[in-house]
Amino acid sequence: MTNSFSEFAKAKLFLVIGSNMTEAHPVAATFLKNAVQNGARLIVVDPRKHRLTDFADIHLQLKVGCDIALLNGIMHVLIKEDLYDKDFALNKCTGFEALEKTVAEYPPQRAAEISGVDEDTIIRTARLLASIKPAMACYTLGITEHTCGKNNVMTVANLQMLLGNLGMELGGVNPLRGQNNVQGACDMGALPNVFPGYQRVDDPAARKKFESAWQVTDLPDKPGLMIPEMMHGLTNGKVRGFYIFGENLANTEPDMNKVAEELSSAEFIVCQDLFLTETTRFAHVVLPAAAWSENNGTFTNSERRVSRVRTASPPPGQAKPNWWIFKEIAKRFGHDWPSSSGKELWDNEISILAPALGGIKYGRIEQDGLQWPCPTPDHPGTAFLHKDGNFTHGKGVFMPADWTPPAEVPDAQYPFVLSTGRRLYHYHTRTQTGRCDGLNDLLGEERADISQTDAAQLGITQGERIRVKSRRGEVCVTTHVTPEVPPGMVWMAFHFTEGNANWLTHAALDPFTLTAEYKACAVQLEKIT
Amino acid sequence: MPILSINHNSLEFQPGMTILEVARKNNIHIPTLCHLAGCTPTGQCRICVVEVGGTDELLPACETPAGEGMKIMTHSPGVHEARKTIIEMLVASGAHNCLVMQSPADSWNSDQKGIMEQPWHGGLCPAYGDCRLQDLAVEYDVHVKEDHLAWEGHPLDDATPIIVRDFSRCILCGRCVQACNDVQVNLAITPPWGRRADHPEGWYPAADYEACTHCGECVQACPVGALFDRKSFGKALANEMDHIRTTCPYCGVGCQLLLHVKDGKILKVTGVEDGSPNKGRLCVKGRFGFDFIYSEERLTSPLIKENGEFRKASWDEALDLVAQKFTTIIQESGPDALAGVSCARSINEDSYQMQKLFRAVFKTNNIDHCART
Repeated sequence: MTNSFSEFAKAKLFLVIGSNMTEAHPVAATFLKNAVQNGARLIVVDPRKHRLTDFADIHLQLKVGCDIALLNGIMHVLIKEDLYDKDFALNKCTGFEALEKTVAEYPPQRAAEISGVDEDTIIRTARLLASIKPAMACYTLGITEHTCGKNNVMTVANLQMLLGNLGMELGGVNPLRGQNNVQGACDMGALPNVFPGYQRVDDPAARKKFESAWQVTDLPDKPGLMIPEMMHGLTNGKVRGFYIFGENLANTEPDMNKVAEELSSAEFIVCQDLFLTETTRFAHVVLPAAAWSENNGTFTNSERRVSRVRTASPPPGQAKPNWWIFKEIAKRFGHDWPSSSGKELWDNEISILAPALGGIKYGRIEQDGLQWPCPTPDHPGTAFLHKDGNFTHGKGVFMPADWTPPAEVPDAQYPFVLSTGRRLYHYHTRTQTGRCDGLNDLLGEERADISQTDAAQLGITQGERIRVKSRRGEVCVTTHVTPEVPPGMVWMAFHFTEGNANWLTHAALDPFTLTAEYKACAVQLEKIT
Repeated sequence: MPILSINHNSLEFQPGMTILEVARKNNIHIPTLCHLAGCTPTGQCRICVVEVGGTDELLPACETPAGEGMKIMTHSPGVHEARKTIIEMLVASGAHNCLVMQSPADSWNSDQKGIMEQPWHGGLCPAYGDCRLQDLAVEYDVHVKEDHLAWEGHPLDDATPIIVRDFSRCILCGRCVQACNDVQVNLAITPPWGRRADHPEGWYPAADYEACTHCGECVQACPVGALFDRKSFGKALANEMDHIRTTCPYCGVGCQLLLHVKDGKILKVTGVEDGSPNKGRLCVKGRFGFDFIYSEERLTSPLIKENGEFRKASWDEALDLVAQKFTTIIQESGPDALAGVSCARSINEDSYQMQKLFRAVFKTNNIDHCART
C-alpha cells in the first residue's frame, strides 16, 4: 500500500476494486465503513454484490475480467470532460500522450459493452472521482489474479495518477495483502530476482554487498524461477529438489489434478510445516516447525508496518523455529551463521542489509510497529509514499494497457464463469482455522454460490448438492443461492479439499507475474440426480 | 484557553471537550460503564455523574461539555451516594452473585443456589476479576442480598458456536450495541429504538445472526460477564493470566493482539486498545482462531518417507538426509536444480533465512513465495 490503514477512517472517497474487504480484510473494512458513516463516498467495482456494496454510493457490477475496459472508459471521460489533474498528469508523470491515445479507444459506449456497466454509471463514476480529492484506491486479488493482472494494476495506478491522487494522505494505490506477512516475505527477498530490500540479484554492486555481508563468493546473478516455473520444472527434471516451507501447494495452486501430477513427479521434496497437509503426501522428508505464537520475530503488514511477534509457549515435541532449521542445513554445507534468534537476525542482518529498514530495530517496535521506508534510527517511519509526487523513479510513469479477455470464457459447453476467493470464517486451506473450535461450526463445508435466476432456471434449491465441472475437473458441492452473485456466475473458495475450487480453476498465467487466473474460468453446473 | 476546576484544581481545556475528557487528560478518575472510547456518549448508565457547582442536579461527565469556569467535584458525598445507588440497582438487576460467592457455601440461600443451577452459572462468572461492576461494587462497598437479585426470566442465547449472550448479567449499558454498529459496523445488534410498548418483555441487545460476523467486538466491549466466549470460559481468572502483545497470523492488516496466557497456553485474545493499525478491533479469525497451536495433530518429530510411509527420525538424521540429497543434486545437475518456496505466513526472519540458504549456500535464486496470490 502506498498509504496507511489509519487514513481509512478519515478518507473522503474510496474506489474499492476487486476487494471483498469485509470478508478478506474485515478490520480494515471497519475503518472504511466508519468513514462512510461519517460522510465519505464509496465506489465499489466488483462482479458480486458483496457486503461492502451495501455501503456504496455506486456499485459498478462489471463482468468478470473487464476491469481495464471499465477503468479506461472512466479515464476516457475524465480526459474528454477535462476533469483530470493536469499538473500531476503532465508535470509529475510521463507518458500521458500514450495513455490519452489508449483510452481514446474506450468511449463509455464501448466500455459499457465490454464491462456490462451502463454508460451513465461510467460517466457518473468519472465525475464523482473528479469531484472529490483525494480518493483512496484499494484493491485485492480481484485485480491481480487474472491473465492481465499486471495490466490491471497498472491501470488502477494510471487512474490514480490521472486524478493526481498519489503522494498524499487519504489517496494512493492500496493493495490489501492477503497473507499476514506476504509484504514481509517480499521485503526479505523471498523472490527470485531480488535480495532483501529489493536489491536486484543481477546488479553486481548488490551481489558484492551481500557476498561481503554473508562472507561468500559467487552469488548467482541470474534471476531464478517463480512458483509455476518450479512446478513445471518438477515434471521435466529441471527441478530435482523442492523445498516447500509452510505452503499447501496441493490445494492452493490452480488445477489441482495438474498440481498433483507435478508434485508426484518430483524426485525429492522437503516440507516444513505445522501439520501433515495435502502437500506433505508428496514429501520425502517432513520437518516439524514452530508456529506463530512459538516464535520471536516480526511481520510486515500491507501498509509496510513492521510489528513484533512474540512467543507465548514453546513448540511441541521436537518442533523447531524455521530459522533454526535453515541454519542447521547451512551448517551441513560448512556455513556457520552467526545469528541465533529473531532479534539477532533482524537487528544484526536484515536491518543492516535493507536500506529502507535500516532504522527499524527490535528496541523501537516494542509497542507499535514502524512503517518503512525508515532508513535511520531517528526516522519516524513513512505513512504514505511518493510525497508531493516524488516517485522512486523520478516521475510517475503512465503504463496504458488494452483490455484482454480472460484466457477461458464461457461457451455453449461451459456456460458459467467461475470466480474464486476467500470466505470470512476460514483461511486458505484450513490447516489452521480448520483446527480451531467454533470456526468449522460456522462454515463446515465448501459451497458454490449461484444466483437466484440460475438456480430457478436449473431447478436447483438452496443447499442442494450439485456438480460443478470445468475442462480440468469436477466437484460435488453444496449450493448457496444468493443475491450476491449475478446470473451466469459461480463463486467458490478453496478452503476444503472436497469441493475445492482449485479442482476447476485454470492455470493460465499472467505473462509477467505468472499469477494464475483464479478469478475466471468456464464451468458447467449439473444437478445430481 | 478556557479554564475550569476539578476537585479545586484549575485546568485548561479545549472547547468541545467533555468533562470526562478533561478529567482523563489530567489523570482524574471518573468511573464509567457505558462509555465506549471513540463512540458518541449515550449517558445510559449515569455512573460518571459529577457535581457541577451552581446546578441543582448531578451531570453525566461523559456527555456534558466542559464549560468556562465550571467548578466540578468528582467524588463529593452527593456524587458518592448517587453512584452507590446506581451500582446497587445494577447489581440487583440480574444474576450478579459474585460477591455472594465469597461467603461460605453453607450460608447460601435458595436464590444463590438457583442462580448456580442456571446454565453457565455453576462456577465463577467469566468476568470475575475483570468486571467493571464488580470493581465498583467493591470500591463503593455495595452489598445486595441474593434474594434481592432479579436473576430470573432473562433470555440466554448460547446457540452459536463461539459467543454466549447471557442476558441475566446484562446491565443494558449499550456498549455492545455501539461496538457492533459504530465500531465494526456489522449492524447486527439493533439499538432499542421504538416505543417502550414495543418491548413488553424488556429490551435486550440480541444479535441478528444474518448480519453477525462473530467478530467478538461486543464481547470485548462488555464491561461485565454478560457476553463471553466458550473458548476461554472457566479456564482461568483474569488475574491469573499474563498478557503478551503480538501480531495476528491471518490477513495482511496486521492487527495487534493481546494474548491472555496461563501456564504457557493462550486462553483468550483481545485487541490492543490504541495499538496500530487496528485500535483494539479484531475479526472472528484474529480473536478466535488461535487454538490450532494446541492441536493433537501438530507435527512433533521430523519424518522420513520409507516404502511409501512416514517414519519418525531424529533432527540429525533428517537434516543429514536433506543435505546429502541436495548436495548430490547440486553436484549432478547444478544449483538451479533446487527450488524453494518460502512462507508468507511466517516471520520475516524465517523468509530472510530461507532465501539466504538458497542464495549463499546452494547458490541459486530459485526462491519464491506466494507473492502474487
